[in-house]
Amino acid sequence: MLVRVNVNGAWHESDVWGGSSLLYLLREHLSLPGSKNACEQGECGSCSVWFDGDLVCSCLVLAAQSNGREVRTVEGLSDTDGPPHPVQRAFVDAGAVQCGFCTPGLIVAVVDLLDRVPDPDEATIREALSGNLCRCTGYAKIVDAVRLAAGGDR
Amino acid sequence: MSSRPDLLERTRGGVGESILRIDGVPKTQGRFAYGSDLWAEGMLWGDTLRSTHPHALIRGIKIAEAVASPGVHAVLLADDVPGRRTCGLEFSDTPVLAWDRVRYVGEPVAIVAAETPELARRAAGRIQVDYEPLDAVLDMEAALAGDAPRIHDHGNVLRHVKVVHGDPDAGAEVWVEGYWETGMQDQAPLGPEAGLAIPGDDGGVDLYVSTQWLHVDRQQIAPCLGLDEDRVRITLAGVGGAFGAREDVHMQIHACMLALHTGRPVKMSYGREESFFGHVHRHPARMWIRTGATRDGLLVVWRERLVVDGGAYASSSSAVIGNASTFATGPYRVPNVLVEGTAVYTNNPPCGAMRGFGAVQACFAHEGQMDRLAAALEMDPVEVRLRNVLELGDAMPTGQVLRGSAPTRRILERIGALPAPDDPAPVHRDSVLRPGGANNVTRGEGLVRGVGVAFGFKNIGFSEGFDDSSEARIRLERGPTGPVAEVHTAACEVGQGLTTIVTQIARTELGVDEVVIAPIDTSIGSAGSTSASRQTYMTGGAVQLACRTVAEEVFRRATAAGMSLGDSPELAAGWIVVDGAPVIELAELLGEPVDETRVHHHRPTTPLGPDGQGEPHVQLAFGAERAVVEVDEELGLVRVVQIDAVQDVGKALNPRSIEGQIEGGTAQGLGLALMEELQIDEGRIRNPSFTDYLIPTILDMPTVTSELIEEPDPDSPYGVKGVGELPTLVSTPAIAAALRDATGRALNRVPVRPDDLVGLAGPVPAGDPPPSPDVPGPMAIPHYAKGGDDPG
Repeated sequence: MLVRVNVNGAWHESDVWGGSSLLYLLREHLSLPGSKNACEQGECGSCSVWFDGDLVCSCLVLAAQSNGREVRTVEGLSDTDGPPHPVQRAFVDAGAVQCGFCTPGLIVAVVDLLDRVPDPDEATIREALSGNLCRCTGYAKIVDAVRLAAGGDR
Repeated sequence: MSSRPDLLERTRGGVGESILRIDGVPKTQGRFAYGSDLWAEGMLWGDTLRSTHPHALIRGIKIAEAVASPGVHAVLLADDVPGRRTCGLEFSDTPVLAWDRVRYVGEPVAIVAAETPELARRAAGRIQVDYEPLDAVLDMEAALAGDAPRIHDHGNVLRHVKVVHGDPDAGAEVWVEGYWETGMQDQAPLGPEAGLAIPGDDGGVDLYVSTQWLHVDRQQIAPCLGLDEDRVRITLAGVGGAFGAREDVHMQIHACMLALHTGRPVKMSYGREESFFGHVHRHPARMWIRTGATRDGLLVVWRERLVVDGGAYASSSSAVIGNASTFATGPYRVPNVLVEGTAVYTNNPPCGAMRGFGAVQACFAHEGQMDRLAAALEMDPVEVRLRNVLELGDAMPTGQVLRGSAPTRRILERIGALPAPDDPAPVHRDSVLRPGGANNVTRGEGLVRGVGVAFGFKNIGFSEGFDDSSEARIRLERGPTGPVAEVHTAACEVGQGLTTIVTQIARTELGVDEVVIAPIDTSIGSAGSTSASRQTYMTGGAVQLACRTVAEEVFRRATAAGMSLGDSPELAAGWIVVDGAPVIELAELLGEPVDETRVHHHRPTTPLGPDGQGEPHVQLAFGAERAVVEVDEELGLVRVVQIDAVQDVGKALNPRSIEGQIEGGTAQGLGLALMEELQIDEGRIRNPSFTDYLIPTILDMPTVTSELIEEPDPDSPYGVKGVGELPTLVSTPAIAAALRDATGRALNRVPVRPDDLVGLAGPVPAGDPPPSPDVPGPMAIPHYAKGGDDPG
């Protein structure tokens, strides 16, 4: 079926299988692999995107549901050659990146958190990110990165 | 010529600094290409059909319907394997595709290539396999019974290791008994098994894959494809975590077969469920221990029987049981020891490498045993450890004497001196920071707090006589803004930060700012495995060696140009420096690039003799953790309040990166302590998803503090010790000890469940330990069965 979707400000039209997820549409049809495929059942948050402004797991949204909608992905936060987004910078500066597979989803979740709560306390940070699994870091430096991003460029 | 450098600044970003990851920014931007992100023009997708039986004969396979399925380009079976039909890390016993028999649920039986992943999946579902179920061996002790079905022609014993030291029949004043179990843990790296195979014009294949050791993959792939090794070219794709799960081949041979068969690029990328079936796991273990000591708390004798479940194929089980057996008595002096460790085959999922590799299971048991001894003697747990701690010059039960550096006493003294956490009382905390979290089940009532410590040690690098090595090539040349060093190795960056570390080493050794990492591939010699906490030591050492060879060539050129360099010239900030003064800019000597390749070996180790004697390990690293926990006594819910780590790191090349290893390794140990276990029922994994296999979230993890103890190892580059595995060893027993302290319950099995904490379930009962099998010697049984070395 044909799906017309606005991704990171540009409209795209794709012919997708009806069972495809938005994650598959982004990764395999639109060449945007920044949203990651770690669990494909909404448990790990690695595929987090904004869907008409709401934070969602793109593996749980059908590609067909995105027809006529606006999607923003991690790729939309910074240009390839431009400076990284302040939250991206904070993750690198705090040492919050190891294998990096969870990182794009966490970046999206943290940008979303700081848009809502500019100066979150520890409990708020942990609760907001409890849907994002990371297997490498033990999360300590992810909490540091959120604090750095909240205190730094805001 | 640029201005002379301020040598006070020297070169920045060298060893010892917490520089930022060189791959950090692209990873945050979603622009770092993992195996699952790869794409090629005309690419097909592969899928795997797996066994649904733990043990069965294959009477026939019908593929016609699958072949006729839409978008299908190939359906391949065992008969289509072009070369050798088996592969394996240590022994070539694992069918590429099963032909006459399946030995576990999830064993690959057929592979499909189709236009899309969905079409490939549907076609695989149309393959009909006619199975004749056989009696299965589903329990590790049952595998040792005389009448158990034989899983392999050589029987069900994979390896039996016996370590005898002193007089194991010695008497003692105080005895403690213990039976300990650990469950089957999964590495659960977030990145799935994935790669892309592209057929080459020469009949060979180019494979881009997420793995831990390119050359051991190639050593298995090439013979199965019937190709010479030089026609199998492997390049590392981005790796989304490994933790041992990527040591064995997964989709590599399958994707190459499909690519060579169809003449088109083929990508395979497992989903999460398939990932759980498609890689090995941490061995479940059962350990029976009897420990004798003096009334003063000095260990006299340690007798242990331990069994681990290797599952259906050998994988790295023989090395895992070697580790578990040689570390069974912990980092303690024990004059009289008998340890008998057996790895068995069963029809459960194959087990192999996971962070900690045998030492994890051993550490849970020896630390539980030491706590029991402390309790029996009414002695402080740290004190009883201090009275027995191994120090430099002491011998392990294998006879191996501790050399180099061993800051064991210092670690224990530091862990014993930690102040209590100063966190607020439960009532003053947000509910998410109390047991039960957002469920808000307590405001502090019914909570008990406990404190536990654990101490452990592990080998760094491969053991038992393996000639471990890594090769590095360094090319130093002029760049637009100064000299550039290119570092080429085959060492897999899996997320731990190795490429950043070797960048630091090149900067320090060559005095250049700009370092480029060449693609990690098989066009250079092996770097060995990214496992056993070994790459900073081994590949870091290779890069150091190659850089020093490059430096010698630079000095030779300067001398040939008439310069006088004295006895100890250095490279710094792009210059040759003599007696603290810059004498010539490097760029002037690089009309021709300098290009040097060197191989780094560590000192030799020895195999274990018949009584487990020898010097099997090249380097030992030590670590301790203290855990503070809160338990809801009514609900059995746990919150780990704080974990404090003190770790022997030799020399910290990048302290922040080490903290990251400690925090992440601690999280995996916390997972084994509290939640992570594959539930195996009739040989089938019942929880192959992140909904049902729980790994720690950010709400499960406490504050972790790290204290790095730097006592350089004189034998290793810069004095480094491997750091990745130690925290995983010690956090599990530290948390278990804290839970025992909080609840007073025995808790002899991990993961600990709420039922165990509220008393609905008692300790796991110990039966009699199984008798030791009759084996020809201390090596793995397939070695004897095949009558010699198998290249694997």
